Amino acid sequence: MKSKKLALPYILWMFVFTLVPLVLVISYAIRDENGNFTLEFLAKAMKYGDVFFYSLWVAALSTVICLLLAYPISYIISRSKERTQRTLTMLIMVPMWMNFLLRIYAWVILLQTNGPVASLFSLFGIKLQLIGNTGAVVLGMVYEYLPFMILPLYTVMGKIDNSLIEAAQDLGSNKFNVIRKVVFPLTVPGIISGVTMVFVPATSTFLVSQYLGGTDNIMIGDVIEKVFWTDKNTGSAIALCLMVVILLCIIVMNRFGDEEAVGI
Amino acid sequence: MTKKKRNILSKLYIGIIFTFLYAPIAVLIAYSFNDGKTSVWKGFTFRWYVELFQDSSIMTALYNTLIIAVLAAVISTILGTAAAIGIYNFKGTPRKLIQTVSNIPIINPEIVTGVSLMLLFTFLGRMLNFEMGFVTVLLSHVGFCTPYVILSVTPKLRQMDNHVYEAALDLGCGQWQAFYKVVLFELLPGILSGFLISFTYSLDDFVISYFTRGSKFQTLPIEIYTMLKKRISPKINALSAILFVVILTVLIITNIHDARVEKRNKENHGGTV
Repeated sequence: MKSKKLALPYILWMFVFTLVPLVLVISYAIRDENGNFTLEFLAKAMKYGDVFFYSLWVAALSTVICLLLAYPISYIISRSKERTQRTLTMLIMVPMWMNFLLRIYAWVILLQTNGPVASLFSLFGIKLQLIGNTGAVVLGMVYEYLPFMILPLYTVMGKIDNSLIEAAQDLGSNKFNVIRKVVFPLTVPGIISGVTMVFVPATSTFLVSQYLGGTDNIMIGDVIEKVFWTDKNTGSAIALCLMVVILLCIIVMNRFGDEEAVGI
Repeated sequence: MTKKKRNILSKLYIGIIFTFLYAPIAVLIAYSFNDGKTSVWKGFTFRWYVELFQDSSIMTALYNTLIIAVLAAVISTILGTAAAIGIYNFKGTPRKLIQTVSNIPIINPEIVTGVSLMLLFTFLGRMLNFEMGFVTVLLSHVGFCTPYVILSVTPKLRQMDNHVYEAALDLGCGQWQAFYKVVLFELLPGILSGFLISFTYSLDDFVISYFTRGSKFQTLPIEIYTMLKKRISPKINALSAILFVVILTVLIITNIHDARVEKRNKENHGGTV
């Protein structure tokens, strides 16, 4: 029981399957075929700067929409009867368990030209191009990641003591102030983990943009996938940049979370 | 706003969110019975279901996916449980360091993990002369599942009373006997949930398998991807409908089971007070 040796196989495992691959990515990104140091590939990666910003923008937009949609529903669920809570959280998890390709495919069918949604609009004489734009990509992302925002929010909201809310009301707070001064501060940890769980995978996702956004709206994940098959060096350089950006985002969000927690 | 009004608004909002979550799935399932390949309704049919089960490449992919998921879950549960116990005995900086490295596959974007493993396997493949396929996919899955096993076992280790293990030794248990009778028993809920998380993550993985599968090995998500690339085929709708029913059934069963356990716990608790 006191044995550290039990961790040994896994430490070896991590060395081979976690650390060595990362070293390989870095090595491919900064060395040419002869093994000399070069910034050539990182410079090539910089050419995809606009795709980077587009991905961050789409991810940020999707995260904000997820948060706005998830906050009220998490609150409603957390204040309902125990049995209702259980059923509703289960129903929120069901779509999450479907493979993401199938979920995106469902939206391709719904939004396609002459598809169900387009036909619905055309009944009212509105002709809309629903697929192949940023809106469709954001919609797909929100659909994909909404449960990942609802679940952490619901978890922290479920822990809020009802008597705190009643106390605030007794002391003369109106509804807005109850939310602003009692509920919101207590849900900050849930918001942070929800935002991380949506923003990080949304930034680096691939295929969603290919299926729903068309050729003009590709994201950085799609670029890595495309470039990697032909040019491992540049592909690795982009992957390295993505990794650094994501890491920075996580650090910033955690820092923000800590300060908020101290402030309460 | 009166309470009644607020109630109606809440219900309306829940309704809207659930429509958003389920409408796409409903449409998928509806089209799986459509006797035509486009979005125009041409009458009711079961033929896509029949074709699905006759499609040998889908069935092979399903078989591969299940084998990989079972093996990955078993291996990562063993590796992860042992690791969790070992790591628990480390203190201070070494422990922090190991935990940080262990969390890399969770934090890292999936696509970066996939790409980095592909570099590793091409590198090793050239050295040891092998090609990517079943084994490399399995190794990758064990790699991203094990951290989750560690994360679900570690809290149980913290809750465990160390004296029970010592008591078992004092009462004449051998080290090994005390280990599996006391430690493993106490950790069992964490080990089980680690196993289930690993199993479902492995079943569902597309990105990492995509980069480590080589040219021939197919899993179900990869097969879905290939089918989507070619054209929209109603067989995918039939597949989605079946998966949806399976998922719904499993979740309802676990849900009822959990509710019962909770109720029993409450009753027991009420009895003792």
